[in-house]
Formats: sequence, C-alpha cells, structure tokens
Amino acid sequence: MSTPSLLDIKDLHVHFDVYGGTLKVLDGVNFTVHSGEKVGLVGETGCGKTTTMKSILRILPMPPARIPGGEIYFKGQDVLKMGGDELRRMRSEGISMIFQDPTTALNPVFTVGQQLEAVVKYSIEGKKLSRKEIREQAIIPLKEVSMPDPERMMGSYPIQLSGGMRQRVCIAMALVASRELLIADEPGTSLDVTIQDQILRLLHQLVEEKNVSVILITHTLGVVREMTDRVYVMYAGNMVEAAATEELFANPLHPYTHGLMAAVPRLTGGGVSDGIPGRIPDYLNPPPGCRFHPRCDHAMDICRQEKPAFYKLGENHEVACFLYRDGEK
Amino acid sequence: MKPTDILTFTDLKKYFVIGYNGILKREPITVKAVDGVSFAVREGETFGLVGESGSGKSTVAYTTIGMYRPTEGSISFRGQSLFDGNKGRPLALKKEIQIVFQDPGSSLNPRRTIKQILELPLQIHRRDENRLEQVVQLLEMVELPPDYMYKYPQMVGGGEKQMVAIARALATGPSFIILDEPTSALDVSIQGKIINLLIRLQNEFHLSYLFITHDLSLMRNVASRVAIMYLGKICEVAEAAEFFRNPYHPYTRMLLSSIPVVSEEEEKLKPQKIISTGEIPSPVNIPSGCSFHLRCPQKMEICSQVDPVMVEMEEGHTVRCHLYGQPD
Amino acid sequence: MTVQAKSLALPKSKMIENLGRNWYKFSRNPMSIVGLCTVLLVVFLAVFAPLVAPYPKHAGKFVDFANASLPPCRRYLFGTDVIGRDILSRIFFGFRFSLTMGVVVLSLVVPPGVTLGLIAGYSQGTWIETVIMRITDIFLAVPPLVLALAICSVLTPNLFNAMIAVSLMWWPWYTRLVYGLASTLRNEFFVNSAEALGASKFHIIFKEILPNCISPIFTKMSLDMAWVILLGASLSFVGLGVQPPKPGLGTMVSGGRNYLPEQWWISVFPALAIVVVVLGFNLLGDGLRDMLAAEEV
Repeated sequence: MSTPSLLDIKDLHVHFDVYGGTLKVLDGVNFTVHSGEKVGLVGETGCGKTTTMKSILRILPMPPARIPGGEIYFKGQDVLKMGGDELRRMRSEGISMIFQDPTTALNPVFTVGQQLEAVVKYSIEGKKLSRKEIREQAIIPLKEVSMPDPERMMGSYPIQLSGGMRQRVCIAMALVASRELLIADEPGTSLDVTIQDQILRLLHQLVEEKNVSVILITHTLGVVREMTDRVYVMYAGNMVEAAATEELFANPLHPYTHGLMAAVPRLTGGGVSDGIPGRIPDYLNPPPGCRFHPRCDHAMDICRQEKPAFYKLGENHEVACFLYRDGEK
Repeated sequence: MKPTDILTFTDLKKYFVIGYNGILKREPITVKAVDGVSFAVREGETFGLVGESGSGKSTVAYTTIGMYRPTEGSISFRGQSLFDGNKGRPLALKKEIQIVFQDPGSSLNPRRTIKQILELPLQIHRRDENRLEQVVQLLEMVELPPDYMYKYPQMVGGGEKQMVAIARALATGPSFIILDEPTSALDVSIQGKIINLLIRLQNEFHLSYLFITHDLSLMRNVASRVAIMYLGKICEVAEAAEFFRNPYHPYTRMLLSSIPVVSEEEEKLKPQKIISTGEIPSPVNIPSGCSFHLRCPQKMEICSQVDPVMVEMEEGHTVRCHLYGQPD
Repeated sequence: MTVQAKSLALPKSKMIENLGRNWYKFSRNPMSIVGLCTVLLVVFLAVFAPLVAPYPKHAGKFVDFANASLPPCRRYLFGTDVIGRDILSRIFFGFRFSLTMGVVVLSLVVPPGVTLGLIAGYSQGTWIETVIMRITDIFLAVPPLVLALAICSVLTPNLFNAMIAVSLMWWPWYTRLVYGLASTLRNEFFVNSAEALGASKFHIIFKEILPNCISPIFTKMSLDMAWVILLGASLSFVGLGVQPPKPGLGTMVSGGRNYLPEQWWISVFPALAIVVVVLGFNLLGDGLRDMLAAEEV
C-alpha cells in the first residue's frame, strides 16, 4: 500500500520505574494505521495495548513511565516531540479515545450536554462562538450516534442513562470536531451482547460515512473478525502478528495466535480447550529472546537467545517468529 | 419434585423497593428483579442460566446463596426449604451450597493472605486440626503451588485468584455450587483451564452447578440444560444442544444471532440475523403483557395485553411465547 | 507430598520484602522522611529527657533568680525564663506532656469510636445503626472547644481532666469515618462470601472489614496527634490544662506572654516547639497515607 500512513509507531519502548526495578512493558512496538482503515489490536490483559494507546496520546503518567526509545508519527508529525499547543490540537482535532468503561469515563456530576459542550469549547480554540452555537455544535454528534431524543439527553446526567446510551455519549464526545482517528478501547465489553452489537454496528456506520480511521482494541476475537480490515496481535509488549483480517482467521501463523484461536469456545460444541499454559512474563525480568518462548510448543534454541524481527509472508501478513524466518515453514 | 432434583425453584419472586412516588400517597417504586421463576436442577448436572443485564439471573444466584430473602415463592435443597421462617440459614445448609463470584478481585479480601482466606471455611465447618495440610490440599485441588498461601490476592493473576475462590467454595465440602460468570473477567487463554478444572472437580466430587454466563459459546460447551431469562422471567428452557439447534423464543434467536464467532462453520449455525432495536427496558418499567413485546420482531396483538405462560413443545423443551399457543 | 509442621506466621523473607515495599512507598516523598525523623526526635527527647536535658532539675520546682531572663547563650541555648529555669530543658520535658496527651486521648478514643463505627456500618438499615449514628451526631453537634472548656472549668484543671474533656468530644469523628468505610465495604463480595461460608458477625466485622479500614484510621490518628497536642496546648494556654510550674508547652507560652516582646524567647521557643511537633506528625501522616495506599499493578 502506497497511501501515506495516518499513524506510524516505530520500535516503541516504554518502561515503568517501580519498587524492585523497571517494568520493561513495551519492547519495540511497530504499528501502522492508514486513512480510512479499521485496524484491530488483539491481546490479553497486561500485554500493553492500553499503554501503547496512551503513549500515542501522551497521557501516560510520566514518572513512573519513561520512553527510552522509539518514535510515533501522526500525519507525519513527531508526536513525542510535540509542544503543548500542537499536542492539544492533536488531541482535540486529530485523535480521540473512547475508553473501556463508559460509566467511569463520564463525569457523574455534569450533564451530558455540559460534557459535550466542554469538548466543543476545547476544539474551537481561538474561535469565538456564542453559547447557542456551542450547544448546536454539541448536539450534532448526539444525532449522529442515533441517540433517541437528543434534546432531552443534553440535560440528563450519566447516571440516568443505560450502559449502551453512556457508551454512545462517549462515542459522540469522540466525534466532536471531525476527528481523523478514533481509538476504541474494548467498546461494549461491559455491555450486553445485543447492545455491544448495536454499538459496533454504529461504529461501522460512522466509519463508512465520515471516513474516520478506527483502532479497535479488544480481547474478543469474534468482534475483530466482524469489524476490522486488518489485525495486529500483541503479546507481552510486542506485536507478534499482523495481517488482513480474513487472512489472519483463515491462516493464523504465530503459535500465540494459534493458541488464542484454539482457546475460544465454539458454537459447534466439543468442550473447551485448556488454553495456553503458563503466564504472561514478569516485566521486571522478561525472558530473553522471544518473550513467548517459555509458553511455546515450538520453541527452538534461537528463540531463547534472540528476538525475532517481523518477517513478511505474502502481501499482507507479517509474523514475528523464527519459524517463518525463511518464508512459509 | 423429582427424586433426582437437588435444587428446586418454585415461583420465585424478588422485588426491591427503590424509592417512593409522590409526597402524600407515597407509592412505592418496585423493581421486579425476579418475577416468578420455576425450574429444578438435577443432581450432578450443570444447569445454565443465560440473560442480559436486568434479566434477574444474578438476583436468582444471590437469593439462593442467602444474600436476599425471597419476596414470594421458595427455593428448596433436596426437599428442605432454604428459608425457614425468620431464622438465618443453619450452618449445615450453608455448607452445602456455595458460590463463586464473577470478579475475583473483589471476592477475595485484599487484606488477607490466601492461607487466611482458605482457612476460614475450614475453621467454621471442619473442626479437625492440621489446617495447614488441608490448605495445601485445597491448593493442590486447584493446581496451585503450596507456597501461594503466603501471598496476598493482588500478587497473583486473575485466573489464579479465581482458582482460589473455587478452592474456598470447595473447602466446606458442598454439593451445589453457583458459578456467577466465573470466567467473564478473565482472558480467553485462561478461561479454558478454569472451565476444565470445574468440570474435573464436578466429576470428582459429584457436584451440581448453576452456571450463569452471558457468553453463549461458552454455555454451549459447559451446560447440560439451559434456561434463558428476560426481565425477571424465564423465556425458554431446553437441553443444551437442542437449545442451540432449535431455539423457539424470538429473544433466544435474537441473542444467538448476535454472538461474535470466529469461524464460518459457526456462522452457519447461527439463526438468521435479528437486529435488536431499542434499549433494554428498565426493570422498573416492565411493559404490559409479554415483557419482550417492545423489541420483538414477531409481535402480535395479544402480546401487548396478555403475559404468556410456559408451554412444553417437546420433552424437556419449554417456551413461554404466544407464537406457540396455549395448552388446551 | 508430606508437609512439615511449619510455623503459622508469615515466613521471614516475606516480612522483609513487605517492609522494603512499604518503605519504598513511604519514602517517595522526602517530606515524609522529614516528618518521621522529627517525630522520632521528639519521642526520643521526651523519653530520655532526664538524661539528655542539660538541666533536668529545671523541669520541676526550681528557682535561680541570679540567672533569670537570660537571652539564648552558650550556657542556656534557648535562654531562661523569669525565675531562671532553662527553657530548652523544660521543652524536652514539655514534650512528655504533649505526647502523653496525644497517646492517652487516642487510646481512649480510637477503640470505642472505631468499634461503634464498624457495628453501625455493618448493621445498615437496622435500629442499631440509627441509635449509634444519632448519638454520634449529638456529640458532634456540641462545639468542641466549648465542651472542653466547660468540663475543665467544672473539674479541677489539670492534664488528666483535659484529656478526659478532649476524649469525650473526639470519639465521634472516628465513628463517622469508620461508619462511612464500613457501610461501603459491607457490600463487597468478599463480605458476602464470608457470610455465605457461615462466618460469625464478629469475624466479619473485625477480620474482614476492619483490616480494610486500617489505612484511613492510621492516617487520621497521626494527624490527630497533631490536633490533640495543639488542643492540649491551647487548654494549657488558657490555664485549664497543665498547671505551672509543670512545663507544658502551652503553659510555657502563656507564662511568657507578659514579657513579650523584650524577653521574646520565653514564649517563642515553646511555641516553635509546638509547631515542630505538630508539623512532624502532619508530615508523618501524609507519609503513612502514601505507604498504606493500595498498590496498583
């Protein structure tokens, strides 16, 4: 693909200083999103997906976090070197994040309208708009997310709304001032399956209409399969596999991806597989070489010593695994 | 009650008063969390309970364990009522029925070590000495190393915490365990281990399970019979394979069609896609007639007026819906 | 697998690790260490006053008009008061009264206050909760200083009665604090689990709920030491606490009132000593709060 990338993360390292040493959480993360793409980021608790996203927006708590290496580019600009103004502009006009739990992402003491208007005010820096105009701008995204009775919603408090509606308010807040990149962190996970379905459908529709790019973070493989064009699989601070979605589900290569797929209970019955043995590594003393090798059935000597690079296999499929060092195994 | 039934629910109702309307009249605002639930769990089976938030499935669990008293109706364990007058539940009954909660982070006291957590049921129900050895045995039962007992819950992973919770439930030597979304808070790669552990323990100790989850794919692999709840009432009950192969109730079909699956094979098994419109109504404002009629794609006139009753379609498969008529 | 009968306590290596982890959390803020050192110093001086004070006899009945009202000099580092007593030594002994006041009041106040709060929080929705909390409200409604003054003026003014007075109006704060914590904790799943297992109410209140309240209680106790000491000094200042010639810090400040501003050292040094003690406990309290805070992964 020769279209310029919207977001480009190169070899990002993020460390946290804690009692007992340094948690080397992100260990050289590579991640790219193009305009108009829906990219999935799959990984389990503790793999570093939220840390990666927070690094993009630079909302990591800087002590204890540190970024000893790597680069992040958004629309060609170096995010890690941005000054205050540029950073604010990126956060208010470029990228927005929808957090996992809509209940805690909304401030309970302000109405929906007040919170939306606050976001509008941040995004129109410099321009002077009257109160009426601000309110009008704030209602637009509520209508875009198919909120029933948007006028009444503006005056409601989050606690009066159901989980699905709160999630829609969060999405509306993310849509104010036409953003280009939406990061959705496990949308609908805390909601029921039918409501989650609605939310995902809504995101899909918005992406089509507004040509917004989406990074969909989740640990549910089924959601990724239905919603995304491309998928990254993440394990212990590294991207281990990246492919077009169809390709990944038809032909998973990395042993971790295999393990994940096998662990999902199937509608066809047949019992539940035992999952992947072992635990995620201790970030204080991560295993040398490939971080997955202690849990891998196919671990070779080299896996314990060196870290694999991202090997390309075909048009749209890359794996970080020595098994594929020389092409298809 | 059949002789093989271990836990019987008879028209169980649990209402909560959450406030009052008006200043002079003071009409109570009632949430009908559970509104007439009847079913029985057989010895040794895993009975699955499915439903969305507001369906009342957790309320059923909490009432069974004794956190709430029923507003009406009853629950009996091997013929003995769990709620006898105003007295608390006797220890002998508490021993028999235990629960594993959804979130292991909050079901284990962060200020107590795993050893202290596991000792508590031993102190209450088993008077013999050598508690240390018993704690080690419990940890072995759930495949955790003995030195875990000196750790605090925050020091171990989510899956391991849940295993401690399971060990705690087993410590009293129960016959019946309620599993309230035991793996929902865990990653998929650990889920399988916990589920298979639960199945092994069930076989080893002849346990009966009430398994509550919203993950239908998981339910398919775990339960022998499944009941689906909506707004406090049961809509359909069937053997697991039958439930998934031949769902009758429109709500069951709606849920099954929304499951995210990972393979084409599974897609073909899903019923035709039914897009759910609208929000789940609040349990305070339950619609008249059949509580599902506002979202039902096959609504008829009678549905907004009369609440349907449970009808048996085949042996072991009951459904509560006007589409399937009333018994003559 | 055979299991040797090990001791039931936490093994040593774990205890040391816990200590190290706690120190790490405590020492993140250097001011906490300042607070800790200050408090340790004050305690040391109070305990060993007869040994470290340059003129220990000056704390009792002592008169030396020849050396009265001397400004700070090499012989008397903080100067002497109007009857020739060394202020520095008297401050060391004064710390004894302050600390005694703090320790005794807290010992009288914390156990019943916390217990009532726990019982009220656990018994949500019953008459027990109502009775306890209404009594607490009544005590809280009385203006504290007024109550203390009233009690002290009715009884003989001395340290002991000052402690009684302060205790009577201090306990409700603990009940309120713990009631708030306990009523939230009461609905946590680990409490429900304990109830499902058949644990007794005593166990749940003291072994499940209380350990989760320790952190705010200890922080409050540390800050309260500062308050109680200050309150005791205030009472002594108006003549209702430590009576002269005993070297209560507040008493000393009061005694030097009439000699300001020329013989400033008579009031100022004891006042500074009060500041140091109070500040020390405040900083220590902040550090304790950091240390006892729950850890994030």
